[in-house]
Amino acid sequence: MGLSGGSRDAGALGPVEPREPLVVRRRGPREELARSITIAIVSSVVVFGGLGWIVVNSPGWSAVQDGFLDGPLFARTLPDVVGAFRVNVQLFLIAEVLILAFGLVLAMLRSLPGPALFPFRFMATIYVDVFRAIPGLVIIFALGFGAPGLGIPGLPIDRFFWAIVTLTLVYSAYVSEVFRAGIESIHPSQEAAARSLGLSRFQALRYVIVPQATRRVIPPLLNDFIGLQKDTVLVSFIGVVEIFRTAQIRQAATFNYTPYVAVALVFLVLTLPLSRFTDWLVARERDRRYAGAVRAGPRGRFGLGSR
Amino acid sequence: MTDSVVRIEGLHKSFGRNDVLVGIDLAVERHEVVCLIGASGSGKSTLLRCINLLEPIDAGRIFIEAEEITAQGVDVDRIRRRIGIVFQAFNLFPHMSVLDNVTLAPRKVLKRSRADADRAATELLERFGLADKRLDYPDRLSGGQQQRVAIVRALAMEPDLLLLDEVTSALDPELVAEVLNVVRELAAGGMTMIIATHEMGFARDIAHRVCFLDGGRIIEEGRPAEIFRAPREPRTRQFLQRIIDAGRL
Amino acid sequence: MHTTTRLGGLALIAILAAACTSAGATASPSAPSEPPASDAPSAPASEAPATPEACARESLPLVTPDTLTIGTDNPAFPPYFEFSDSPTPPWELGDPTSGGGFEGAFAYALAEELGFSPEEVAWTVVPFNNAFAPGPKEFDIDINQVSYTPERAENVDMSEGYYFVNQSVVAAADSPVASATSIADLKEYRFGAQVGTTSYDTIQNVIAPTTETSVYDTNDDAIEALKVGQIDAIVVDLPTAFFITAVQFEEGTIVGQFESPEGADAEHFSVVLAKDSPLTPCVDAAITAMASDGRLEAITQEWLSDRADAPVFQP
Repeated sequence: MGLSGGSRDAGALGPVEPREPLVVRRRGPREELARSITIAIVSSVVVFGGLGWIVVNSPGWSAVQDGFLDGPLFARTLPDVVGAFRVNVQLFLIAEVLILAFGLVLAMLRSLPGPALFPFRFMATIYVDVFRAIPGLVIIFALGFGAPGLGIPGLPIDRFFWAIVTLTLVYSAYVSEVFRAGIESIHPSQEAAARSLGLSRFQALRYVIVPQATRRVIPPLLNDFIGLQKDTVLVSFIGVVEIFRTAQIRQAATFNYTPYVAVALVFLVLTLPLSRFTDWLVARERDRRYAGAVRAGPRGRFGLGSR
Repeated sequence: MTDSVVRIEGLHKSFGRNDVLVGIDLAVERHEVVCLIGASGSGKSTLLRCINLLEPIDAGRIFIEAEEITAQGVDVDRIRRRIGIVFQAFNLFPHMSVLDNVTLAPRKVLKRSRADADRAATELLERFGLADKRLDYPDRLSGGQQQRVAIVRALAMEPDLLLLDEVTSALDPELVAEVLNVVRELAAGGMTMIIATHEMGFARDIAHRVCFLDGGRIIEEGRPAEIFRAPREPRTRQFLQRIIDAGRL
Repeated sequence: MHTTTRLGGLALIAILAAACTSAGATASPSAPSEPPASDAPSAPASEAPATPEACARESLPLVTPDTLTIGTDNPAFPPYFEFSDSPTPPWELGDPTSGGGFEGAFAYALAEELGFSPEEVAWTVVPFNNAFAPGPKEFDIDINQVSYTPERAENVDMSEGYYFVNQSVVAAADSPVASATSIADLKEYRFGAQVGTTSYDTIQNVIAPTTETSVYDTNDDAIEALKVGQIDAIVVDLPTAFFITAVQFEEGTIVGQFESPEGADAEHFSVVLAKDSPLTPCVDAAITAMASDGRLEAITQEWLSDRADAPVFQP
């Protein structure tokens, strides 16, 4: 394509010579991407390399390296650490299901109007306030030792059970607020349409508002899930040996912190794919909702790609 | 007025200090099509939303089929089943297919089985040329198609009364006609409707009665021929003149 | 996955791997993995002779001038420290400043031997595991039922032993484990201990139970778990066991104690000092003097006289 320089009016500036056709060279999307990647690589090498150089050449590096990055110790500790992680995984998988369910119930309770439901709204509000305030550590001791200590027949003394209860009580408070924010963010016209069809407030919530709200709050829900995975450490305070305690036992025996680096690696391996999966979900939702809309700024992963 | 589907007496509605409806009296007979015309802010939308109780009223009474729906203790959901409303912004449920949009209320409110609801919905969709879209999601449909689906969704509840709130105002011009044709068909089929619209030509064609609203009151009402050709009130004349000047009539 | 993500990830992993492997290649040896049962001799590392001049009070490097700062953990457990209804803050349970209890009395006797009067002794709270961790210390000496292990001795100086320790098992008196008489009897039960202690090592290496061991931050937590029945028994040193069953868990009983090997391999408490501290030879000399003239035995008899009263486990 090009602009052909046709004849122009001979105006006040005098006659204009016809010019060569103006060819505008446009970079195609593939060229743009290749260029972006090259720049990204060079930039990464400079930044990461620079940081690495600063760290490795600092005066205390040798001591820190020995104390935190002992290769052979890492290799010996990793199997124990990974094995102990089983406890944490069971805890957060079971707890997360309960948390999502209970959090949603709390959020819906607070969204249902009417004087008859006032006691439930009130209790839900107090619940959320209280369990966001009290640290989990206090609750795990109160429930992990205190509840079994009551000696009520039929009340479990199993520590795993009380750890699940603690995590559920604490995290449901946070998650219910996330759901509530999602519910509030759905445009009121959706509820108007649903109610106009004769659906009750509860039906409108259940079939129209909450499904949309849930899709919207997947990123913050995943955020809380990732936090939950770490908070499974609470069970170690009532004696169950899980990943953090395992690292601590090895650290106490060797006076070396490398076992904790192994723990960090385990969590990285767990969390990174989850984060990327969330990004993919969000992008898919956004593309579906705003297909064809005008957008500013570059598209593509990490801001690379065609503008 | 024993055959009135809707009867409104002395309706007042304010938003804060803004008096939007100031004493509306209106009765609509079975099979009657009433068009509400007037400038933006004249209260047309608010009036429709008061009729199906989306907005609580400040004073007055509304009767649907001789039942006072503004009385204390009325089950609002039950009333709303009998009144269909279609909005300017379509308001389809984006997370459901067209078919599910249409069958949600029949299944959950009228307790129809999925098979029955699907069948009835598919018939309706076919009637309005949307059957091949029934498994699509709203974001894949054009504006005109979405609005027609919204009308079908309201019809699926078999309402006694259909309220249409500026249903073509958000559409591209070339899509307006397909929606208006649907409404024409409904009118021909005897649906009782109250239609708020800017489409004057359309109002003149299908309305049995036209009401001109201004400043929250019905200034003038009458047969389309009377209103459009020989309006009595000066304000009606002014309004229509502006429409004509804009080439819309 | 996008190419850039892969490249960025690879770069990060490469840097991390380089850091780790270079650690393996460089000079300083890493600490051993598990603590062996006990195989290394207990002689402390310092070599400077304990001459009167070197150990004269004026020439001792102290954390606070003219004060012997002694570290121990809080709560100060009887019978190592004297039980008090209102201990001097911040101390709980026992009061080191009263000079009572086995380690309390020992501490003040040691201070006197080093040339410090009781008014010149100051106590400071040092969590158990911090005492023998690598790094500089906020105390001159630490007296806190710290058992000598070769691993600990690599990071800190550990003195001559001042008490020979037997580990013991505590359980509810009416529980099945209370009737165990041998280590084989113990194996099927659920045990708990404080993290990083030789009590924990005893469970893992001596008892070697078929169940999962529970690990707690403090002995108090372990005792709670024992009370509600989440574990069947805990392992603590014998004097602590007597205190627990007398005061904290009166429904508990000492099931038995573990035989300690003879000689230098026997588990013993040492005073902890900073690595290569000039005080170490002085402390050693003081302990040796107190042991040879009977003062140490007298203190032991006064505060820990019931140590022989628990049955010894058969293998």
